[in-house]
Amino acid sequence: MTGSVVQDVGLRGLYEQMLRIRHFEAKLDVLYRQGRVRGPAHLGIGQEAIAVGVASTLGPGDASLGTYRGHAHALARGADPEAVLRELLGREGGICGGKGGSMHITSVAHGYYGSYAIVGGHIPTAVGMAWASRIRRDGRVTACFFGDGTTNIGAFHEAVNLAAVWSLPVVFVCENNQYMEYTPIADVIPVARPAADRAPAYGLEPVVVDGNDVEAVRQTVARAVERARRGDGPTLLEATTYRLGGHSVADGAAYRDPDEVSAAWLRDPVVKAAQRLTETGDATAEETEALVARVKGEMDDLAVRVLEAPTPDAAAAWTGMWSDGSSTWRN
Amino acid sequence: MAQLTYREAVAGALAQEMARDERVVLLGEDVGSGGVFKTTAGLRDRFGTDRVWDTPISEQAIAGAAMGAAAAGLRPVAEIMFSDFYATCWDQVANEIAKACYMTGGQLRMPLVIRGTNGGGLGFGAQHSQAIENWAMCVPGIKIVSPSDPSDMWGLLAAAIRDDEPVLVFEHKALFGTKGEAPAGDHVVGLGEAAVRRTGDDVTLVGLARTVGMCLEAASTLADDGVSAEVLDLRTLVPLDAAAVLASVRRTGRVVIVEENPGQLGWGAGVAAIVAEEAFADLRAPVRRVSGGNVPLPVAAAMEAAVLPSADKVVAAVRDVLTPATVTSATGRG
Ligand SMILES: Cc1ncc(C[n+]2csc(CCOP(=O)(O)OP(=O)(O)O)c2C)c(N)n1
Ligand SMILES: [Mg+2]
Repeated sequence: MTGSVVQDVGLRGLYEQMLRIRHFEAKLDVLYRQGRVRGPAHLGIGQEAIAVGVASTLGPGDASLGTYRGHAHALARGADPEAVLRELLGREGGICGGKGGSMHITSVAHGYYGSYAIVGGHIPTAVGMAWASRIRRDGRVTACFFGDGTTNIGAFHEAVNLAAVWSLPVVFVCENNQYMEYTPIADVIPVARPAADRAPAYGLEPVVVDGNDVEAVRQTVARAVERARRGDGPTLLEATTYRLGGHSVADGAAYRDPDEVSAAWLRDPVVKAAQRLTETGDATAEETEALVARVKGEMDDLAVRVLEAPTPDAAAAWTGMWSDGSSTWRN
Repeated sequence: MAQLTYREAVAGALAQEMARDERVVLLGEDVGSGGVFKTTAGLRDRFGTDRVWDTPISEQAIAGAAMGAAAAGLRPVAEIMFSDFYATCWDQVANEIAKACYMTGGQLRMPLVIRGTNGGGLGFGAQHSQAIENWAMCVPGIKIVSPSDPSDMWGLLAAAIRDDEPVLVFEHKALFGTKGEAPAGDHVVGLGEAAVRRTGDDVTLVGLARTVGMCLEAASTLADDGVSAEVLDLRTLVPLDAAAVLASVRRTGRVVIVEENPGQLGWGAGVAAIVAEEAFADLRAPVRRVSGGNVPLPVAAAMEAAVLPSADKVVAAVRDVLTPATVTSATGRG
């Protein structure tokens, strides 16, 4: 299994990935406002360092699963942005064939086993994948993303408990963006830290990392991945971050204190990575600015191309419920 | 002819498939020690702890772990001790497992089985007695198997494990002690093929799991009165062998569908609708259902019997459809 090969991209590579994801989603936001996206879309603007940092520790044979806020989870593993955008805009050649949409982006070819929209429902699935790895001793590690609000649902507790009891190779990544939908997480948990303070109940160490620092995420997760691969069991990681936009593109997030939001923009993980690159001398400010302009242009071109693509044939709705491509339930 | 029980058939089929395919792994509460109904007896000793996994009391984690293992290429068989408990993990079944293949555009496959004891008649009460096939039948994307005898228990469970789709297998707890012919060799019964258990010309009785026996008993009572009833065992609800039902009804012109779940929205309603829509011209009497009553299941013997379908209720329903002008009330319509 190739799972032990960790991508060695360096900060510059990580920054580029974050930037691409940022501008992919910023473009999507614009397209949504133009009425071109069907259904909801949940952006992870401000949380890119977590998806990218985690993905950078996984090899091609490893697995990850994410949520309805999962464009970044998929793209960071290498999912084709054009196929993702085709899915989001309901065009032919969408990554889920037009059947999944924004909340269910999946790219199994890149080890990304899906985005799920029932809060916490996918955490037991991730545990099952890790269980399979333990049975087969295939060296694969599974990473599973979820939000702070998700630590209050039963599936989370059942899954973390089982992973701990069976010592499974899984890394649970709680993206603590401070809010469930509109309610601050602090209002709905009896502890200070939604994931970390629950970890000891499952015999796990509390691990907290600055989720806006891509290198810190990478280093912390790399240790968790190594531990899982060694057979030493799961890690429950809490990555502290902030959701810079609303819960979904339709949410103006007026329930938040504007000062809180502007303070959070000062901790923008993408800007932070760019600053670090100039500090270390790995890139000049001019270089990062040029890169931003180039990536924006790429996303504009991508959108134009996808909008020109045809929409899928309605007949496809009647295919693919079963794995042989059919959907019949009776004769 | 060697005999075995419905209970032994479960372990027999599991052993057959585990020996045949090392991707088949079991998980559930107490399955290692044989399970509450002794349906997994002997398997851990034979196949080891890498194939038979005892879980915590965590139905969501059990069903979800089966999903993840299936996504990873194993063929897990999960046990939900009593089918009533599906309510605690219905998200996993209805929202995750049933949708995974479709909503990912075919990127995920779910070759898994969830088995559980189902049905009433033993006084287990409101929370351990329900027949819940109808819950599952509301959800496209899962197959539903409900065997009526030991040979089918074996063969259908084996087929479910070999199937590439998610399959829920319902083991009727009142049938565990029933005996039948032991299957010889590699025994598999294809999903989606109803079985004619008795041929007849005057009325078609459609049953599933425990109600098949009721239909057979009713048919022999009716035979004494000169009424010839055909008994069809659906065996699986998805895939549904609607063609077999329609063919029989077109010949007999009358149908009584016998379902254990509450009649207010049972699987029989779906079958009745198919008959009404596709064989109306051949009907000589209204479609009839004998269903479980529309109350939770009580424990006291007389009360539970009153709520469940029975051979007597089937006989009464057949008499009704033989004289359609006098269709009267009936059993199971509470
Ligand atoms: C079981 C369930 N309950 C409620 C919802 C509606 N819902 C969608 S996202 C969300 C908030 C989740 O918060 P969190 O776990 O912090 O993730 P975030 O959205 O912040 O990424 C809610 C309540 C849902 N999808 N599933
Ligand atoms: Mg949140």
